[in-house]
Amino acid sequence: MSKIVRTGANLLYPFILIFGLYVIMHGHLTPGGGFQGGAVVATAVALVIVAYSFEEVTAMIKKVGMKARESIGLLLFIGAGIAALAIGAPFFSNFLANSGLLFGQVVPSGPNPGDLNTAGVIPIMNLAVGIEVWGGLAVILLYMLSGITKEGS
Amino acid sequence: MRRGLVIVIFVVLAAGLSTIPAFFTFGEPAESGMDRYFIEHGQAQAAANNIVTSVVFDYRGFDTLGESVILFTAVIGVGLMFRSMRGGEEHEDE
Repeated sequence: MSKIVRTGANLLYPFILIFGLYVIMHGHLTPGGGFQGGAVVATAVALVIVAYSFEEVTAMIKKVGMKARESIGLLLFIGAGIAALAIGAPFFSNFLANSGLLFGQVVPSGPNPGDLNTAGVIPIMNLAVGIEVWGGLAVILLYMLSGITKEGS
Repeated sequence: MRRGLVIVIFVVLAAGLSTIPAFFTFGEPAESGMDRYFIEHGQAQAAANNIVTSVVFDYRGFDTLGESVILFTAVIGVGLMFRSMRGGEEHEDE
């Protein structure tokens, strides 16, 4: 693509990442969550694919790293569920909520501005799912990109 | 001939679809007991202000596990499809 598109993509790339990670981390306070924020972050990969050529994209965004993100996200999600078993609670129970530990602050009832340090394992699971969706959608995009170049050449 | 058949089927389906709201009122049957429970106890039990997220990740966490496994499987399927499209001649996993 032209230099204007590349410059625009370079400018937008960090902001898309920040916005997507914001949507992921504030999933328990604002609309959105892991799936939505992960999709937003994956659009940054799509933007890079649109703006740059095949060789530059494969040099900038490694498929291995995206596969690792996908696997780590799913493992972290299942791990957060199994961690509840370790302390004797049922599978996938919210053992960190109202505990005073990580993300363990008590939420007052009724409308309130909200605090990031609440909701127990929900932010951890949001982060896990966000990382997984980021990697998964990026891997799909990169596979489709390589399929197109093979057909075109 | 074939085009006429398609149009007839489309008209019949559209007419049938447009008569559905006459028989059912929107939002019925409402299961309001569940909503009330989540709204009243969500903040105390799941400690999250966003009730939707607390339903998705806490009350229905097992469903979300299935959802993310589906995404994982879909990515594996796409990878297999595009790998076989290239004839499997190279392994350019950088």
